[in-house]
Amino acid sequence: CAGLWGGSFAFDLQLPKRFQQFSCVFSFPQVHVKVADEAVCVGPAPTSKSYLNMDAIMNAIKQTGAQAVHPGYGFLSENKEFAKRLAAEGVTFIGPDTHAIQAMGDKIESKLIAKAAKVNTIPGFDGVVKDAEEAVKIAGEIGYPVMIKASAGGGGKGMRIAWNDEETREGFRFSSQEALSSFGDDRLLIEKFIDNPRHIEIQVLADKHGDALWLNERECSIQRRNQKVVEEAPSTFLDPDTRRAMGEQAVSLANAVKYSSAGTVEFLVDSKKNFYFLEMNTRLQVEHPITECITGLDLVQQMIRIAKGYKLQHKQSDIPINGWAVESRVYAEDPYKSFGLPSIGRLSQYQEPLDLPNVRVDSGIQEGSDISIYYDPMISKLVTYGKTREEALKKMEDALDNYVIRGVTHNIPLLREIIVHPRFVSGDISTKFLPEVYPDGFKGHMLTAGERRELLATAAALYVAAQLRSQKFLGDLSRQWELCVELDKGVHMLGVSRSGNNYTVEIDGEKVEVSGEWNLASALLPITINGKHRTLQCLLRTAAGEISLQYLGTSFKLRVLSNLAASLSKHMPEKVPEDTSSILRSPMPGSVVAVSVKPGDNVAEGQEICVIEAMKMQNSMTAAKTAKVKSVHCKAGDTVGEGDLLVELE
Amino acid sequence: YRGWCLQNARCYSVNHLSVQERIEKKRKAALTGGGQLRIAAQHKRGKLTARERLELLLDPDSFVEYDMFVEHRCSDFGMEADHNKYPGDSVVTGQGRINGRLVYVFSQDFTVFGGSLSGAHAQKVCKVMDQAMMVGAPVIGLNDSGGARIQEGVESLAGYADIFLRNVMASGVVPQISLIMGPCAGGAVYSPALTDFTFMVKDTSYLFITGPDVVKSVTNEDVTQEELGGAKTHTTVSGVAHRAFENDVDALLNLRDFFNFLPLSNKDPAPVTECHDPRDRPVPGLDTIVPFESTKAYDMLDIVHGVLDEREFFEIMPNYAKNIVVGFARMNGRTVGIVGNQPKVASGCLDVNSSVKGARFVRFCDAFNIPIITFVDVPGFLPGTAQEYGGIIRHGAKLLYAFAEATVPKITVITRKAYGGAYDVMSSKHLRGDVNYAWPSAEVAVMGAKGAVQIIFRGKENQAEAEAEYVEKFANPFPAAVRGFVDDIIQPSTTRKRLCRDLEVLASKKQTNPWKKHANIPL
Repeated sequence: CAGLWGGSFAFDLQLPKRFQQFSCVFSFPQVHVKVADEAVCVGPAPTSKSYLNMDAIMNAIKQTGAQAVHPGYGFLSENKEFAKRLAAEGVTFIGPDTHAIQAMGDKIESKLIAKAAKVNTIPGFDGVVKDAEEAVKIAGEIGYPVMIKASAGGGGKGMRIAWNDEETREGFRFSSQEALSSFGDDRLLIEKFIDNPRHIEIQVLADKHGDALWLNERECSIQRRNQKVVEEAPSTFLDPDTRRAMGEQAVSLANAVKYSSAGTVEFLVDSKKNFYFLEMNTRLQVEHPITECITGLDLVQQMIRIAKGYKLQHKQSDIPINGWAVESRVYAEDPYKSFGLPSIGRLSQYQEPLDLPNVRVDSGIQEGSDISIYYDPMISKLVTYGKTREEALKKMEDALDNYVIRGVTHNIPLLREIIVHPRFVSGDISTKFLPEVYPDGFKGHMLTAGERRELLATAAALYVAAQLRSQKFLGDLSRQWELCVELDKGVHMLGVSRSGNNYTVEIDGEKVEVSGEWNLASALLPITINGKHRTLQCLLRTAAGEISLQYLGTSFKLRVLSNLAASLSKHMPEKVPEDTSSILRSPMPGSVVAVSVKPGDNVAEGQEICVIEAMKMQNSMTAAKTAKVKSVHCKAGDTVGEGDLLVELE
Repeated sequence: YRGWCLQNARCYSVNHLSVQERIEKKRKAALTGGGQLRIAAQHKRGKLTARERLELLLDPDSFVEYDMFVEHRCSDFGMEADHNKYPGDSVVTGQGRINGRLVYVFSQDFTVFGGSLSGAHAQKVCKVMDQAMMVGAPVIGLNDSGGARIQEGVESLAGYADIFLRNVMASGVVPQISLIMGPCAGGAVYSPALTDFTFMVKDTSYLFITGPDVVKSVTNEDVTQEELGGAKTHTTVSGVAHRAFENDVDALLNLRDFFNFLPLSNKDPAPVTECHDPRDRPVPGLDTIVPFESTKAYDMLDIVHGVLDEREFFEIMPNYAKNIVVGFARMNGRTVGIVGNQPKVASGCLDVNSSVKGARFVRFCDAFNIPIITFVDVPGFLPGTAQEYGGIIRHGAKLLYAFAEATVPKITVITRKAYGGAYDVMSSKHLRGDVNYAWPSAEVAVMGAKGAVQIIFRGKENQAEAEAEYVEKFANPFPAAVRGFVDDIIQPSTTRKRLCRDLEVLASKKQTNPWKKHANIPL
């Protein structure tokens, strides 16, 4: 039996391995593929020409004689047309029946079915929205705030929240455009938006013989722009009764649509533990590994068994909650810009923290891979497991610290901060966690005085080690170093002495001991600072004393100079950075969807100037001040890089 | 006898005291150069003084100064007056250490007569250059001078020529580095031009034959100092300077780092430092770096960084003729010179500027025993009238000449295209390449398949079929490998391991060219 894996985000290595006895064929766009027994190229990188190109994928199936297709989790996984075409060819679709995909894929129908199945639903309007004005009218009837999203899409794609008529119009426009580009279907839906909710979902598993199970919940409340960032299973919030009630409703919905295969029923849960049906995803979810961790079930294997027509192996009473699992979505994103704007690049160095126990990394990339503008910017799913939540979170800290990603900007700084934030640790979260905790945007880790000393001491030790290596032939090297270290405009005078691998650094009268088995070539710096173990990463070290260190997830720029060089630096001229208020640069790589201004136009502050699409997301670029447009350097259809000049104002 | 002795001692000590006082006074004067006011003015311009620069460049307490008491000999225009005499004149010279290794230095003092070059100034510079050549140690010049000492007339011009002659004599004997840290105009520019490397400081240094005023009066051209001879001009447009740094401190710290790569003289081997990066480290990213389509670009620097020790690469002329990449790095701790075609810029073709840039770098490496590693992805020489009129034949020949005459270890890796004459030029087996590798993606051919088929099958049908046949036959490493023109086809991820091993073996390579007075490179 041969199976064809249809790709997920860029592509996924972990899952195809689990076809086990099946020989595994891998469909892929023109990128390099290493695993799988066989790989078929389905077209060039843009998704509309590869993963979304049904003809190419059908050809791949014929060419390889595949008898079954696992669609992954995106692209064609919830496309009923695709399932139909497979059925016509006599190829098994590893997933639910076309009927269930269709019923649950349609937001309106799914709600009707859910209501009939006695599943709690959100108050709201069920109907297709034709234009912006109708959207405003509907929103008015439901009462603000409302949520606007694509009928066809799952997750947060094409979903926006509007608090007034103007935002409704804007939300309608963006969501419909995004829906069109991601799903080829511009239908939308407007619902009552539940303020301050949690997003908790129930994993279900149903066979073709009418049996269904619920495999507990996943807490997915930590989101940015309605896309999940950190997930965990189980949830700290649910008590056994609520869990059972949610599980039973999820199963009754699955039964109502004669569901078979793995599926996810998403709920919004308010602070009083009232829960409302949101939607059902008729596919494997990105975050499924955490359910696998706590239940011990292999969901992909179960899906294949079910597709083959076998009965479920387990009863509801067999489903345990063993320990705790946490998943961090590692994205190629700059977390300092709206909690994550896509970045691209080539992974010049890449090392997963797989040597740590109880760590699982699902990724489709390797050192040398390109993160392109054509896919979701996800690098990997980093999953840690522990007997307790505390253990799983501690493991996540270690895993994030030991994860080496160079060449693209990534969101590890944000992930590392979330998992140690007191509110997250105590379980006090909602889908508004990020904007509430970081109202002015994410700024990176805020150093305590002690942490600052640790960071300074490590930089000083690195500097001294590098200096000593240059002077190997000088003979007796035991001496005291007087250094001046700059960090965030603060200047510190440090004294360093060394014996072997141990550095004693004196900072403002306090002694810090740095030791450990590290060298100047290693990406990771496993060091002991004052008896505490820490893993830092050295990102940059230049001849002019610049040192960048990743510490507690955040990267810090330091400058280490001898006292002499520091005192002479006072005479160096300040270089004036360019005035950016009159220049609009692309904050990320992507393509220009629309340009709304031309030279000579007068624009108001905050007025939209152009729209950039990157990684299937549209971003409106607005004017930083009221001014006249001097020149326009881009046009619709252009591909732009990060920092490229788009528009100049006068 | 006793009385005589006492009496004499007394006389001596009186005399001694007064001399001692004068020595102290002169020394003190020498250390303050043109005085506190001018020092303050120098600082205000964002520049360090000549002595501060040396202090930062050299290891602590290692500077040994020469000729602190030398004064200018001009007696015209009131120059003979005491207040116009500065001990040491307008330059500080001597020797010192950089990370423990000997270096001769001169640092022009802008606070004394604007750093202008007097006969005495030139004599001091010549003294350190002569000694550097005798003992075999590099010379670093920190240039910050308004030009000739006009009051001295021809004596100043003679001084320049004395220095030029020594620059030429020292060329290929000891490394010579110029760091331009202020103005450097007129005849003075030819000393840096004759040295091996010229670095500049952004915004505060200028190099030009004639300044903007003269340009305006002669050609009526309006141009600023910065546009005419600033760091940006010379590192991007003219190719006169090899690199620019942010400010004095940045430049001097980088110069210390750069110095670590260099041997002390042509009799020294390339230096080897302690290496923490495993010599056999696989570089998995290299297996996927060359794109499937041969028309698609990639960044040669990704390959270069991947194989080097600690990804550390001191690039020479990073912003000039970017279609070729050259610079210094280390492999298993040993200094190597890297040359690579850059497919990202102009497809990595060879043109006038890139040929000259590559040739000069290769000759430096050869002169100073630095092994050369060449990464080849070259579609050929750039065609067109601009290039032909510019003399691409003559300039391209320089690179060919440089690779052919080089006797240091030469290792070549063909990553993708090696087309036409450019294949021969890029350190091919035929030019005495010691080890020549091809990656599986290598295509060694006279030209790309399309062009070749158009010539072979001119006017015939089935061009597409013929093209496919040509690709099958030549767009792979086999035609070169079966003839022994490449020694092996290697997995890209093993490149570092192979290079480190070869360098070890080739460290004892000995090869000489036939005796000649000097060769005649097509200049």
